[in-house]
Amino acid sequence: MSNEHKVLLTIPMYPDMELAAAKTGSVLAELKDFNEEAVEEIQLAIIETCINASEHSQSEDKEVHIQFLVTDDRLEVKITDRGVGITADTLDGTRLLGRPTVHTDLRKRGRGLQIIRALMDEVVIESSPNGTTVSFTKKKTPP
Amino acid sequence: MLDKLDIQIREAKEHAVIETTGYLNDALGEQLAEKAQALIQDGCTQLVINLEKTTLINSIGISILIEIIEALTEREGTLNFCGLSATQERTFRMMAIAKYAGIFPDEESAIANL
Repeated sequence: MSNEHKVLLTIPMYPDMELAAAKTGSVLAELKDFNEEAVEEIQLAIIETCINASEHSQSEDKEVHIQFLVTDDRLEVKITDRGVGITADTLDGTRLLGRPTVHTDLRKRGRGLQIIRALMDEVVIESSPNGTTVSFTKKKTPP
Repeated sequence: MLDKLDIQIREAKEHAVIETTGYLNDALGEQLAEKAQALIQDGCTQLVINLEKTTLINSIGISILIEIIEALTEREGTLNFCGLSATQERTFRMMAIAKYAGIFPDEESAIANL
């Protein structure tokens, strides 16, 4: 069996379809013996990215395209929508951080990006008026 | 992964425990908020939310938990969580939920610290 596995998945922007992507990610991570915590973190990052795409992309095709690449020591996930792109202040997190009270700081749904950045080892966001791709990597920690 | 959604409430004299089962997204979150608000409206302001049977919580679910915290804060109530996975606890701390609500390993300690 090859040490590298690539999986391509396209999901419609329907409620809970992010779970199909998360399940695929968890199966691949478990295949390479990622620990339980890492698998949960991968699932959450996939869920948040897919929800962001569904809720904010305004994509006409209403699809999210996901590419998984897993090797013995890392899982790379690339999630793409063909929507209108996201703004720079969302990308740099200035809308997400530093708010002083519970009443204002955490309500915006853009906080999903904050979660993804915290849980994954590498995160790259590329956005243009033709769509957005969020790529992230989770490295396997030694047992 | 698509667990059956369920919410169980165990009411005692001075507190209530809400236990969720399933993916805490907008659907389950709205059910949870409705039940929590009903308890708060009835004067029960000491709440525990047991998430042991909730394996995944998305950011919308977190938003709804924050709304419950806000409702309790307005009435000087207390909310403690229990049954969180390591990742859930890390996310709650990152989202500052831990500043406004307690996090405990089990239901017994969550109730004892209300």
